[in-house]
Amino acid sequence: MDTRRGALAVPKVRRVGFFTSIEPPPESSQRPNRSQSGPVEATTSSSPLSNSPSGNLISPVLIPPSRHHSDNLTTRVAAAAPVPVPGPAAFRRYLAQDRSLLHVGSYNPPDSLLGTSTPSSNGEFSEDSASLFGFQRSDSTKLSASFPNGGFDLTLAVRAPQESETKIATASASEGKKKIKEYLAGKSESVTTKPQKEKEQKALKDKTTKAERRAIQEAQRAAKAAAKGEGSRRADESGRANPGKATKKPQPKKERLPVTSSVSEKTAVAVEKEKRMDVPQTLMQYDDRSRVDKAKRRAVVEQTESKNKVELFLHLPQYERGNQLPNLSSNFFTLDSIHHAVYKVGLQHLAGDISGDNARCIAMLQAFQEAIEDYITPPMKDLTMDLTTKINGYVSFLIECRPLSMSMGNAIRFLKNQIRKLPVNLSESEAKISLCSDIGRFIDEKIILADKAIVQHAVTKIRDGEVLLTYGFSCVVEMILLYAHEIGKKFRVVIVDSRPNLEGQKLLRRLVTRGLDCTYTHINAISYIMREATRVFLGASSIFSNGTLYARVGTACIAMVANAFSVPVIVCCEAYKFHERVLLDSICSNELGDPDAVANIPSFRTNAKHSKTINNNKNLQFLNLMYDSTPSEYISMIVSDYGMIPPTSIPVIVREYRREHLLL
Amino acid sequence: MPDVQSTVVEFVNKLRKRKIEGSQATAKCTVELLRSVISHQRVPHANQAAALIDAVKAVGEQLVAANPVELAVGNVVRRVLHIIREEDLSLTTAAMGGLDLLDASDDDDVDNCKGIGYPAMSAAVVAAAARSTLRPPSLQTLLEGTPESATVPYTSSSGADSESKSKSADKSSLTRKLKHDVIEGVNQLIHEIAGCHEQIAEQAIEHIHQNEVILTLGSSRTVLEFMCAAKEKKRSFRVFVAEGAPRYQGHLLAKELVARGLQTTVITDSAVFAMISRVNMVIIGAHAVMANGGVIGPVGVNMAALAAQKHAVPFVVLAGSHKLCPLYPHNPEVLLNELRSPSELLDFGEFSDCLDFGAGSGSIQVVNPTFDYVPPNLVSLFITDTGGHNPSYMYRLIADYYSADDLVM
Repeated sequence: MDTRRGALAVPKVRRVGFFTSIEPPPESSQRPNRSQSGPVEATTSSSPLSNSPSGNLISPVLIPPSRHHSDNLTTRVAAAAPVPVPGPAAFRRYLAQDRSLLHVGSYNPPDSLLGTSTPSSNGEFSEDSASLFGFQRSDSTKLSASFPNGGFDLTLAVRAPQESETKIATASASEGKKKIKEYLAGKSESVTTKPQKEKEQKALKDKTTKAERRAIQEAQRAAKAAAKGEGSRRADESGRANPGKATKKPQPKKERLPVTSSVSEKTAVAVEKEKRMDVPQTLMQYDDRSRVDKAKRRAVVEQTESKNKVELFLHLPQYERGNQLPNLSSNFFTLDSIHHAVYKVGLQHLAGDISGDNARCIAMLQAFQEAIEDYITPPMKDLTMDLTTKINGYVSFLIECRPLSMSMGNAIRFLKNQIRKLPVNLSESEAKISLCSDIGRFIDEKIILADKAIVQHAVTKIRDGEVLLTYGFSCVVEMILLYAHEIGKKFRVVIVDSRPNLEGQKLLRRLVTRGLDCTYTHINAISYIMREATRVFLGASSIFSNGTLYARVGTACIAMVANAFSVPVIVCCEAYKFHERVLLDSICSNELGDPDAVANIPSFRTNAKHSKTINNNKNLQFLNLMYDSTPSEYISMIVSDYGMIPPTSIPVIVREYRREHLLL
Repeated sequence: MPDVQSTVVEFVNKLRKRKIEGSQATAKCTVELLRSVISHQRVPHANQAAALIDAVKAVGEQLVAANPVELAVGNVVRRVLHIIREEDLSLTTAAMGGLDLLDASDDDDVDNCKGIGYPAMSAAVVAAAARSTLRPPSLQTLLEGTPESATVPYTSSSGADSESKSKSADKSSLTRKLKHDVIEGVNQLIHEIAGCHEQIAEQAIEHIHQNEVILTLGSSRTVLEFMCAAKEKKRSFRVFVAEGAPRYQGHLLAKELVARGLQTTVITDSAVFAMISRVNMVIIGAHAVMANGGVIGPVGVNMAALAAQKHAVPFVVLAGSHKLCPLYPHNPEVLLNELRSPSELLDFGEFSDCLDFGAGSGSIQVVNPTFDYVPPNLVSLFITDTGGHNPSYMYRLIADYYSADDLVM
């Protein structure tokens, strides 16, 4: 490892936490062990960059433009797989196989959503939408065979980001200043001198919102700074930037920052900017009237605010349920501002047909893929800017349908970054293909392969005779349990469930049909059942950088009781769900579900009529929280695709891998 | 007598089939039944108290066996036994006092059917009996050497016996007096059980303040009255009610609270931890309070207590005196619990397809416990009809209500 790093300056692949040494399956002898063997052969032979002229011998900053990469992808896309998989050959083969078996769509729930008018009839849909992981699990043995190394996808996951991160720098290196100038011109309002372009931008400016404009400016600045950070053409660069500045309309002071001449200062500034850019926007607070009204004017979904709001949660959206879906589905063919695929996903989110963070995220990304494929840059417009605006529109539509999860926010940030970083000399079709492949890569590497890595890690923590307790339905946990069962471990599963979603019944059904012995109970009985449990496996929606686990409501109770009974709590979470926000309680940031779901109880004990009359009472509210936050002291271990780590390592992972994580 | 027997059988059946729910209702029924048992019990001239005790014990054993988890039954039976013993004791001491006076005044007929020195001996026995009934056996009483449990009933009754011999005219009035006093005491107990809500609710104003947020769970009449009492005193506060799946008693409580004009929010049980950071106090109605200060409450209580401890929120338990159980729990989560029907959690029809009991399919167990045990260290305060108490004080409070002889029935 050390010698390699010294000699080649290959991107650092740092392993964090404990890695299980998974016993190498038979095939391991043929497969190069990525972390041990000579990386030049191993990585170059399998990576799509192998046909690039300079290979890995150049420092990561100088990796040639990745257009080759996208060229490759073009052919590959044409070939077979709906989503090209840029990875080592084995991955590709495996995934292609997986996909053909899986039929990508299985991540997407069935298309027949519009047929279902009420959210209550979603049972089978959500089953389907979640079934994808069930499918994949069957391949996990194959996986274990082909990837002997525990952290097999690390090299890939980290290499790829490095390569794309340096795209801009690369462009400047190999293609010279002219290219950069063009690139910047393409993006910025400032550097161009052509009057026609000026007009176009004005039009754009009118269209884009303040926040978007700001984002674009930031993007330019970042791009510029990155280019300048090179150091070699520093003087040139600043010389060129200055005249550009002159034509600029008056800007806030910080705009001028890049003009400073010293290298160190510049890089510092660049880093500073990146940092600022990465600081997540504050969430919309729904008790802020002015912002809510502003958002309402733009809204696609008509929402009536619920009459009986819970006072403690005024900062979260509380709308009447049930009327949006029919409205939206009737508008399906008349609405043209939203791409139909995105629209469909939005409806599915609204109806609750897709549940589970991974499934939602994948559905969204695939809808974006479709939207990008169908995207045509309007005349007189720039692809980067227009597409970003479009995506922003889609995202706000999706937010109206259901607040995004943290992981979806991460995915969107990734996508926007990719759009921003598109080399300007790409043709429209090339750019689209590149974006689509990036999205596909994100899905494959950050979600699907990450899950497999988690399964590999977590299964080592299951011993014979154990009683594993899990809560609700987490697809990763399901994969772990089924895989452990498949490789012959003897254990019992306790499924703890809670109202109103009763997701645990879905898990129970699947595990029992696979032949696992299960115990089912409700969360109230957790103190009773915890004495039997030897380990607790939990899924996650997000993990914040203070180690707080943000997951479906009730997770905190389970972790707390497990802690009281001294049972280790193992959280399974893909690294793309890590988030740099911090959170202390479950009140400040949360999502409210349909209060009627809580109000409606199985009517074997109380008559429904009575509850209906009383529902209109001003004094009675029903609160359906969707998430809660678990303090980090209840978590014994987090299993992620970066290995098995304590919760205190989350900020480290977020910090070390944020760039790679975002840029892939 | 036969009609008493039939009511006993009827009540036992009800208990077996769990037709009576709630410790207060059970306690009330039990004590009324015992009252009729006592009033129908034919008391022999000799040894009346023992006869009554035996009769009550016999019925009590049946009742406890019918539903061992409903601790209120045992508690009430022990209370009634205690009442009998106390009345008997007070009668005896009164009689003794009377006898001494009699002896002192009637110096002339010393040979009047009593052995010399008997009164003095008898007084010592009475004192021992008083000690033994009021206090649990201590080292001192053991060392004093009188085998009380065996001799006390005998001697005391023999005292009464001898007295009745001496004053044969008083005999019938005295037996009637013991029974009368016991029934009086039992009536008082009935009154106490019925009125424990008000006594507890009176203290509400000391504990609930303006703008408080209170979390509760399960459906308890005591909690309802407690909160309403504070509401009537113009305190405005909010209540979070955990719904208590799968029995949904929280919904019942919420409806009652709303009907009385309290601002109520129903939350799912899983949101207890999420909400507790904004809660000022957790108020719970207990199913039973054990002698060590542990609480048996509706399922899910332990979770709430742990969350409350984590956030340093006071965890207050309301309990009428009939819920105080003189036993120390051992493994209460299992031994003092009851598993209800799985159909409350899972619809069998839904899962029958994946249960073919053949090869390749797993098994499903469904666990649906009724109660939960909260260890005393998680409880901040008990509010009983005699006031607020620490968990560590409960054993002493309980010792006031029961006599040590009845702990094991």
